[in-house]
Amino acid sequence: MSDRVTIQTPMEVERSHGIECLKQMVRIRRLEERCAELYTATKIRGFLHLYNGEEAVAVGVVQALSPDDAIVATYREHGHALVRGMSVRAIMAELYGKQEGCSRGRGGSMHLFDAKTRFYGGNAIVGGGLPIAVGLALADKMRARPRISCCFFGDGAVAEGEFHECMNLAALWRLPVFFVCENNLYAMGTRLDLAQSTTDLSKKAAAYGIAAEAVDGMDVFAVEAAAQRAIAAIRGAAGPFLLECRTYRFRAHSMYDPELYRTKAEVEEWKKRDPISNLASVLKQQGMISDSDLNAIEGEVAVELDDAVAYAEASTWEPLADLERFVYSERRPA
Amino acid sequence: MSAATRQLTYRDAIREAIREAMQKDDRVFLMGEDVGRYGGCFAVSKGLLEEFGPDRIRDTPMSESAFVGAGIGAALGGMRPIVEIMTVNFSLLALDQIMNNAATFLHMSGGQFNVPLVIRMATGGGRQVAAQHSHSLEGWYAHIPGIRILAPATLEDARGMLAPALEDPDPVLIFEHAGLYNMKGQLPNDAGPVDIDRARVRRPGRDVTIITYGAMLWKALEAAESLEKRGIEAEVIDLRTLRPLDDATMLESVGRTHRALIADEGWRSGGISAEVSARIQEKAFYDLDAPVQRICGVEVPTPYPKHLEDASFPQVETIVAAVEAMVPAHV
Repeated sequence: MSDRVTIQTPMEVERSHGIECLKQMVRIRRLEERCAELYTATKIRGFLHLYNGEEAVAVGVVQALSPDDAIVATYREHGHALVRGMSVRAIMAELYGKQEGCSRGRGGSMHLFDAKTRFYGGNAIVGGGLPIAVGLALADKMRARPRISCCFFGDGAVAEGEFHECMNLAALWRLPVFFVCENNLYAMGTRLDLAQSTTDLSKKAAAYGIAAEAVDGMDVFAVEAAAQRAIAAIRGAAGPFLLECRTYRFRAHSMYDPELYRTKAEVEEWKKRDPISNLASVLKQQGMISDSDLNAIEGEVAVELDDAVAYAEASTWEPLADLERFVYSERRPA
Repeated sequence: MSAATRQLTYRDAIREAIREAMQKDDRVFLMGEDVGRYGGCFAVSKGLLEEFGPDRIRDTPMSESAFVGAGIGAALGGMRPIVEIMTVNFSLLALDQIMNNAATFLHMSGGQFNVPLVIRMATGGGRQVAAQHSHSLEGWYAHIPGIRILAPATLEDARGMLAPALEDPDPVLIFEHAGLYNMKGQLPNDAGPVDIDRARVRRPGRDVTIITYGAMLWKALEAAESLEKRGIEAEVIDLRTLRPLDDATMLESVGRTHRALIADEGWRSGGISAEVSARIQEKAFYDLDAPVQRICGVEVPTPYPKHLEDASFPQVETIVAAVEAMVPAHV
């Protein structure tokens, strides 16, 4: 087996890193598939937004961040939380609504939080997380801490006033914010060209004097390389950066979506660009990975998920007496 | 006994509180529209830019949602921001951030992320600035669990509420009545922090309890003076903190006076006066000698002409008339 791989982009990747990227994407895909099953089994309730098809974005970007950096994500954030290093047990328990969950069960699928990995949610208001990322970056800049804030949002958020306010503010104050647009072509069910006067979203940055790049969001190495370039620029005190990742959501918007707004043929066409199977093929073609390696990855991921589901099942419900906790801090100055 | 006093305005008292907070804690900074070079649209922050520089007295673009949200993020990032919003009407542009993020982060995160943020804004009418600059929406904000709502009416509270608000681990909104900024008075030289939990009896009386807050306190006190001449002794309570409400102080008073009138600039339907009234009737019904009464803002967007605007808010005379209708002549 060769040690290095060359993909479409002129880039060489270590074998171990290629396998790691593949594995991270498989973890997300299988987690999401397990979530769908558990939803049907009524173990998970409420809204559930799955990330199938978009895995290369979370894996490529999050791997390029440092542990000290902050992440603000959307309601389709299981993958980001997982790749960030949050325990799949704590994520699954959260989806069950159990108190062993990462947000003590208070948040559910759309509100995964973790102080240890600086994961500031799971925000279910489109565009609502952007100002938070700007503020985290402002605090870092004022304290001269060399950290950045990475904010994920969809193409839908680009139509929100908060996107434009935040692009302006972050650029005006040269804040270390990494804006990552996950353009999956649909704002819930509204196609990009029906919602945006300019569909080339990365171009919006120019009006604010923000550096930007659009990247193939189905190619994990392309995303990772672009993220590394962006992060280097941000850390070089160049101010914020907008990375538009062009991707596609394979499943429905949420579990309630009959997908009347797009054709099956369109979905099938995009599935040909599946970031996981395509990376697996490339790695195989280049002799970096065998079928048994792939099976081993699947096996490890299945064990991890089985364990997480068992953990969530065995986890406990918060007592009713706790209902009004976490509205105000329990320790206030006297 | 308190030490020597000096004369200052409500505006000066707030500025002093900001200056002191910024001197004591370098995590504290002020941001908002025109807080720096302009000196604040009500001149509260005048002079602070020269003293603390543009990093800590931070002019923002007209982007309420972004800079309020940035305040939340900065608070999460370890700072102690004071965000100034020009008026309560403009705060609606940031309502998403206040309601969906500031008030919910602690809960959604299962107790991991508290938001030590202070938001100050001007509220209230009486300045002929019509239907987009005059409202009293603090009662709306008091509907939201997860935030604390303060309404300083006195110089002492204008001076003393900011420090405990900044020490509070959770978001605190301070509503400064725009009609009070020019109010002058004496304040002890050593005036310092005040509690932000309790209502306060501003005038004792035995016949009726007038419950109010903000600029309406001064109309209520004037009404009480007038009522005294007519033989009615009104007790006046300043709520100070609209969320959480201090039930004990209200109920103790009503338990003695057996009558309660709530005076509030905000609209009547679903307002803070409705909440206060409901609590009294739930918890002190058998102490009451008369139905709880409310005198509120008339339910109209605030009109521009002075005679109409005056008629749209409770005034001293209307408070007096409302009390007289509640208290029999022989008490």
